[in-house]
Amino acid sequence: MDYFDPHIHMVSRTTDDYATLARMGCVGMSEPAFWAGFDRGSAESFRDYFRQLTEFERSRAAAYGIAHYTWLCINAKEAENVSLSREVIAMIPEFLDRPNVLGIGEIGLNKNTKNESIVFLEHLELAAKFDELILIHTPHLHDKYPGTRMILDMLQGDSRLQPQRVLVDHVEEHTIGEVLDRGFWAGMTLYPVSKCTPARAADMVEQFGTERLCVNSAGDWGPSQPTAVPNFIFEMRRRGHSEATIRRVVYDNPLAFFSQCRRFHFQPRA
Amino acid sequence: MSAQEVLDREFLEIRARILKIAASLDRIERSDSPPADPARMALIREGLELLLKDSPGRAKNVQLLFSLPYSPDWPAALGVPVGKKG
Repeated sequence: MDYFDPHIHMVSRTTDDYATLARMGCVGMSEPAFWAGFDRGSAESFRDYFRQLTEFERSRAAAYGIAHYTWLCINAKEAENVSLSREVIAMIPEFLDRPNVLGIGEIGLNKNTKNESIVFLEHLELAAKFDELILIHTPHLHDKYPGTRMILDMLQGDSRLQPQRVLVDHVEEHTIGEVLDRGFWAGMTLYPVSKCTPARAADMVEQFGTERLCVNSAGDWGPSQPTAVPNFIFEMRRRGHSEATIRRVVYDNPLAFFSQCRRFHFQPRA
Repeated sequence: MSAQEVLDREFLEIRARILKIAASLDRIERSDSPPADPARMALIREGLELLLKDSPGRAKNVQLLFSLPYSPDWPAALGVPVGKKG
């Protein structure tokens, strides 16, 4: 089955991973800007990173027939450095007209601090000013529940932002309901230990339906499986779900969300 | 799928997970002092008790048990100006 992985960090993966994903049916992916595993020292590091996301990864994916899209931001972990964050946010408009840029992301909170909240709000200001889609990172483990609620409060505090143009990622059982109820898109991240498993993601599809719901691997430099979306497809098939239901979650939904971006262009396989 | 079909599919996996938890608890118990953090051990005990409750939403309830609380007053507490934009 053709599928999209709407959240995967390919800068951390090998070219062999592109080949494997292509063989498993991946036809498109979106790569949010995120933390490199260490705090970067200057805004110029981000300029190079944004070039990598908008130029190099796009061509690396294309060699395997995969359409590569991306999101730009400074991530929540580095947002503690407010002055660096402001320099990066000021630079982002230089890249917003690149053809594979979908919007601002993944922005959000990490430890739910004041500085993270301030930088998050400044990213929202940027998204509103340039009418960009938004991809949200929600915190990990015990910070996820309050952090997700704080993020939703900030999003809904700005009437310029439309919920249907925001995808809130890394939802789990205790956050998915509120995200969908408030009209946002929701993404379930399939990780080996933290976040969500393919079986629990299938449980949430059964409980909440397929509307505005996506799954992703968030494959990165940590313990993660870039092939997690095919694992979800396999789990759904084992439970007897129709191909149309599965396709809606792994293909139709990401396409529908991305299609709201004025730059988005995708040619489906004939 | 019927409940019996789901149970047939999941039984060995559930058994394996219970064994894994049992072995982890044994490992903690036979380890040297200082003893394990009582607050975290109490959370684990509470989580296990949640599984035995005859009600739906066990996964959500376990998630909430291991979560920090949310306060709607957080903007004032952090001094962050939220709302009234646009």
